[in-house]
Amino acid sequence: MIRVSVDPAPIDIGTELAGVEETGAGAVASFTGVVRADDGVTAMELEHYPGMTEAVLCDLAEQAMARWGLLSAVIVHRVGPMVPGDRVVLVATAAVHRREALEACAFLIDRLKTEAPFWKRETRDGHSRWVAARAGDAQAAARWADGSPD
Amino acid sequence: MQLLYFAWVRERIGTGEETVEPPEAVRTIADLAEWLSARSSGHAGALADLTKLRAAVDQRFVPLDSALGEAKEVAFFPPVTGG
Repeated sequence: MIRVSVDPAPIDIGTELAGVEETGAGAVASFTGVVRADDGVTAMELEHYPGMTEAVLCDLAEQAMARWGLLSAVIVHRVGPMVPGDRVVLVATAAVHRREALEACAFLIDRLKTEAPFWKRETRDGHSRWVAARAGDAQAAARWADGSPD
Repeated sequence: MQLLYFAWVRERIGTGEETVEPPEAVRTIADLAEWLSARSSGHAGALADLTKLRAAVDQRFVPLDSALGEAKEVAFFPPVTGG
């Protein structure tokens, strides 16, 4: 089962994980990204490319399903205005055993960060600015290029 | 051809989308960016430094030196920062 959602509504982790557990898998792994409250950020806004964003996320989920033999892959990404503490993204994977679920979950969030068309804008001290891409994110995504990570 | 702009590219150009008909001499994405730069100071500012831009043709990422071909939709945007 693949579920991809890009939506302004708050992310309900309980409902999402319950859906993943219904697949009957022995192992469910998840990652939650939260708007950070450190370094003075007071608000954040997420923009996306309607249509392409969903297509990229579906493609990543299909890759993960095939590569790790998953029973389920879920990617829920919030867009629009948010405040510190809000959930930005939830990735959840289900597999027969934990290794596959954990690796696939890391793959999905690493690749989402460099391949899915989303753009963040942060507000601090009343000034908002577009967030620059981080080189570390590209390195994290690149480790999945072939075979298992280091 | 439908053009889409996102994030600071959209803000500097002043619109999120527009329809254009580039001449035949415009063969690549980089050509298109250069041609668009003549439309306004906003376009020129947003599209001046190609190293800061990424592009998609018909909703697929492409290098900026790739051919436009039969593109129906071209998008310009900064490197992505989701997650």
